[in-house]
Amino acid sequence: MKDTDIKRLLYTHLLCIFSIILSIFIPSFFLENFSILETHLTWLCICSVFVTAVNLLLYLVVKPNASSKRSSLSYKVTRFLKCCIYFLMSCFFFHVIFVLYGAPLIELVLETFLFAVILSTFTTVPCLCLLGPNIKAWLRVFSRNGVTSIWENSLQITTISSFIGTWLGAFPIPLDWERPWQVWPISCTLGATFGYVAGLVISPLWIYWNRKQLTYKNH
Amino acid sequence: MQKISVLLFLAWVCFLFYAGIALFTSGFLLTRLELTNHSSCQEPPGPGSLPWGSQGKPGACWMASRFSRLVLVLIDALRFDFAQPQPSHSPGEPPVSLPFLGKLDCLQRILEIQPHHARLYQSKADPPTTTMQRLKALTTGSLPTFIDAGSNFASHAIVEDNLIKQLASAGRRVVFMGDDTWKDLFPGAFSQAFFFPSFNVRDLHTVDNGILEHLYPTMDSGEWDMLIAHFLGVDHCGHKYGPHHPEMAKKLSQMDQVIQGLVERLENDTLLVVIGDHGMTMTGDHGGDSELEISAALFLYSPKALFPGAPPEEPEIVPQISLVPTLALLLGLPIPFGNIGEVMAELFSEVEDSQSHSSALAQASALHLNAQQVSRFLHTYSAAAQDLQVKELHRLQTLFNKASADYQRLLQRPQGPEAALQTVITELQQFLRGVRAMCIQSWARFSLGRMAGGAALMAAACFLCLLVSQWATSPGFCFRPLLTLMACGLAGTIVCAGLLTTTGLKLDPVVLGAMAAAGSLLPFLWKAWAGWGSRRPLVALLPIPGPVLLFLLIRFAAFFSDSFVVAEARATPFLLGSLILLLIAQLHWEGKLLPPKLLTIPRLCFSASTGPPRHNGTHALGLGVGLLLCIRLAGLFHRCPEETPACHSSPWLSPLASMVGGRAKNLWYGACVGALVALLAAVRLWLRRYSNLKSPEPSVLFVRWGLPLMALGTAAYWALASGADEAPPRLRALVAGASVVLPRAVAGLAASGLMLLLWRPVTVLVKATTGASRTRTVLTPFSGPPTSRADLDYVVPQIYRHMQEEFRGRLERTKSQGPLTVAACHLGSVYSAAMVTALTLLAFPLLLLHAERISLVFLLLFLQSFLLLHLLAAGIPITTPGPFTVPWQAVSAWALMATQTFYSMGHQPVFPAIHWHAAFVGFPEGHGSSTWLPALLVGANTFASHLLFAVGCPLLLLWPFLCENQGPRKRWQPLGRNEAEARVRPEEEEEPLMEMRLRDAPHHFNAALLQLSLKYLFVLGIQILACALAASILRRHLMVWKVFAPKFIFEAMGFIVSSVGLFLGIALVMRVDGAVSSWFRQLVLAQQR
Ligand SMILES: [Zn+2]
Ligand SMILES: [Zn+2]
Repeated sequence: MKDTDIKRLLYTHLLCIFSIILSIFIPSFFLENFSILETHLTWLCICSVFVTAVNLLLYLVVKPNASSKRSSLSYKVTRFLKCCIYFLMSCFFFHVIFVLYGAPLIELVLETFLFAVILSTFTTVPCLCLLGPNIKAWLRVFSRNGVTSIWENSLQITTISSFIGTWLGAFPIPLDWERPWQVWPISCTLGATFGYVAGLVISPLWIYWNRKQLTYKNH
Repeated sequence: MQKISVLLFLAWVCFLFYAGIALFTSGFLLTRLELTNHSSCQEPPGPGSLPWGSQGKPGACWMASRFSRLVLVLIDALRFDFAQPQPSHSPGEPPVSLPFLGKLDCLQRILEIQPHHARLYQSKADPPTTTMQRLKALTTGSLPTFIDAGSNFASHAIVEDNLIKQLASAGRRVVFMGDDTWKDLFPGAFSQAFFFPSFNVRDLHTVDNGILEHLYPTMDSGEWDMLIAHFLGVDHCGHKYGPHHPEMAKKLSQMDQVIQGLVERLENDTLLVVIGDHGMTMTGDHGGDSELEISAALFLYSPKALFPGAPPEEPEIVPQISLVPTLALLLGLPIPFGNIGEVMAELFSEVEDSQSHSSALAQASALHLNAQQVSRFLHTYSAAAQDLQVKELHRLQTLFNKASADYQRLLQRPQGPEAALQTVITELQQFLRGVRAMCIQSWARFSLGRMAGGAALMAAACFLCLLVSQWATSPGFCFRPLLTLMACGLAGTIVCAGLLTTTGLKLDPVVLGAMAAAGSLLPFLWKAWAGWGSRRPLVALLPIPGPVLLFLLIRFAAFFSDSFVVAEARATPFLLGSLILLLIAQLHWEGKLLPPKLLTIPRLCFSASTGPPRHNGTHALGLGVGLLLCIRLAGLFHRCPEETPACHSSPWLSPLASMVGGRAKNLWYGACVGALVALLAAVRLWLRRYSNLKSPEPSVLFVRWGLPLMALGTAAYWALASGADEAPPRLRALVAGASVVLPRAVAGLAASGLMLLLWRPVTVLVKATTGASRTRTVLTPFSGPPTSRADLDYVVPQIYRHMQEEFRGRLERTKSQGPLTVAACHLGSVYSAAMVTALTLLAFPLLLLHAERISLVFLLLFLQSFLLLHLLAAGIPITTPGPFTVPWQAVSAWALMATQTFYSMGHQPVFPAIHWHAAFVGFPEGHGSSTWLPALLVGANTFASHLLFAVGCPLLLLWPFLCENQGPRKRWQPLGRNEAEARVRPEEEEEPLMEMRLRDAPHHFNAALLQLSLKYLFVLGIQILACALAASILRRHLMVWKVFAPKFIFEAMGFIVSSVGLFLGIALVMRVDGAVSSWFRQLVLAQQR
């Protein structure tokens, strides 16, 4: 592991953060009355698209896990389709989890689902980019001593911090402050976004600080 | 012997908590008895003629009325300085810029122009300075406390005698407009009323504008005798912005215009009263007893001259409740029975009559009437309750007698000396003030010392739980020092208390208990201090793992926010779900969930597996998802707190009898009975799986036959209760009889089942076989202590060992007879079988106290605790020779689940939400005069989940052992260490040791039970501690009497119920343990014979 690796990681993460910031400002040039709180659902879609696009772009450019074997086009297509299916499944999975956690079952279905989409964007999409549609690899990355590279390590950190952000985002809902962002699911989506951004910032720093202790098994 | 010491120690820890709760409660919850007596016109308050001036006038009551109509303008939170006239500033000085000063300048103008018509007072409100308590005081003339004992908790309606009631019974028309709190306090008392919602403190204008819309038209219509307008804008402005905000100036100016408008419309027979019910702090809150909160403005104005002299330079200070007797006598009404206020004598002087003598006489007669009424109240009250000081009462009585005699003497000589008159007035005033002081002393003071002491005691008890639960797991743990310490402390305190009583000091039992608790705690704290000192790091004091600590902290902090207390019904399942997911994630993170080969990287050989995982991933994941599903389903049964108007309560909480549709009712009835059957079947299935239903033991027979009978009885009772109105007339008597008998029969069956269980708790099937070949296997000599883990797992339990030792000597003598060998089936689940049976038996009567559809929640309760136990068992390793520990996350999850079930059974921690109908299950005609039985029934209904979970708490320790038999059946390949063992093996493999491992190490078993219960008490203890701290720190919060104080009471009651249940559960396990021991002993004896 070299410092250049960490630098690359940092730049990619800065790009991701930049894409989120863009998703806040760019739409207001094209759409009237655009604001995060009032047209929240639109923002969710745009943010999700931006982050996915940046992730895919980075994956194609940086190629963090360059696989050695050449693969045919059909293999790539099936792989891509598989990724799409996985993404959809993770959206539904998150939706079910939210409902089990107490989200309304019938009302606000679209809101809840878009929340699931944005959380999938922050967690599943990087996993898919980095690890491919391979559940075993996912399970490995999210267990003790399971990471094999700084990319996986940062994936672990950003994903967990997105979840924690989402979880913390639920806390202001019962408070009687009557702010517009306390409405379901705005505080949670904002929490997820902040968690994701925090993870993106923290993970290169954390890896940099602990670069002496970190020894990956495949190096 | 150790069992008793565990129980003793537990009882002592509970006592510490109880003493803390009692001490805190005695300082925080002000109590008073409510009397329902009423004053009436016909009945004068005391002997002697009615005073001067009242005879001969029609409609006059105790005194002739001076005003026939009254306009009462209540401006909420009108602090005194809001209304205080500002000195006209000299041109040189800068004007005062505070937004709340000098805005009511119409008062100032009136006071200057008409000094004989108007007066401004500084009225002192008695704490608690919350609106509802103030309204009670302003109408009854008493000191309202939080718990007015004797009142109906289900409604806020005032039962005591009050001004509004007196007006109504005198046939006067009372018109009200404003704050809807009055609707709850005086239901149906107003001839006309315009209520506006008071809850939203951010809304400054709805109430005020609503009043203004109706105020002047109503006033002009003349259809009223008393007009009350309760404005909330100033108070809400204080809560929202604080007094130092320009908005406050606007609001006060608006009020100024209102008063101006009213003054212009007043007629000669009308009195105008403008009053603030309390003040506000610098931040705009109120509820406590600081100077700014208790000082309120009181302004009186009459179009005809009322006061003989000019107003004093500095406004006079009067107690707020003085208004009650004053208004009553001015309006010609009897003074409310429970009033302890003193009339404002100034208002009773004769203005037209220039003679000061007759003025003074009029004042004296008003004061005398007032004193007679107060004396009558004191007499009645002290006969009914004992909380007034006897000595002081006696002194006041003599004072009153003297003043009364003086007054009578004065009446006989109307033209007596001036000085005598003044003396009588002074004496009467002294009496009235003395009474007030005494009542305040005993009814209405937060005792900060007691509150702090109680909280400190609870905190110390929590700390003790933490400490001892940590000691109990340490290997060298011994019970004896614990008990010695405890006994030393108790004995010391008893000696001290004895010494104190001999010196003649009288001690409150609450204080005495607290002293005993604190005294017995001291040696412990000393020991802990000495033991810890500097040698160990502070981290060792916190044995709770990080994530669980975070959860406990969140839960602790949530009690300090009224929003979170109100939303606890939703927050608890959220926390519980998070904890469950965290558990699963942690299992996965540790690599216990999946086979290690999945987690290793295929490219290289990764060899860090730490033993095979005991459960596969899908199993744990399934358990987790099932749990979340159960929690979500249970969340469908929720009752909304009244603070959230947008929320809709679940319609399933009402009893079936209230349903209209016949088809839906039948379907629901079917579902309820289905839930009952499912619960029964599940329990029986479980018992058959883990225990034995074929044993001829009486308790097993009861489970086989008694439980279905109970279910049948419950179903029949539901059928009767839900369809009682539809029964044909000739069956009415039968139905009524059955609805009395059935619940009692079910409860009786449950009680007898529990008795049977206590009598014969061992539900084991004994197989007796004879055979020479088998004899030898039993006779296999024990070959020294186990050397390896394999050996350990498989070695004969100590009991068998013990039996063998016993047999050996005997059998060697009687070798030829071919003695019996014994195999006991399902000995491995003997503890949990008894627990599950007891829980089921307990659940049925509790189920009966709830509405029918709550049976689904009971089913979910059993299901989710089953799933949780399985999930936890996946994470708890069995440490075979001990010490056994139950991890903190298990205990916290269990406590969270108890709270969650409390809410899903349709409860809320507020008094109006209590299910009062539970008192009539089995007693449809009521209870007559007994109060403990209905209280018990309602309490059992309210705290059912606390009780069930506390009793079931030992299952947390037992379950991992129970789950042991799922895997190891095939795990053992014969090792063939020696022949004898190989021959013993088949018999043992039928029966894994399971819970017998606990019996293997009785010392560790007892320590584990102690540790488990201390951990549970700790988790519950910090909840009650948080409630107490929240209630005392936020005692001037707007919501203290609405949210925090009821929450504290419910939590305290829940704690008491839980601790008793926990004690019973532990005692039951120990009873089973004792029974198992004696069973073995009998077996040995039978063998020997
Ligand atoms: Zn108020
Ligand atoms: Zn207020």
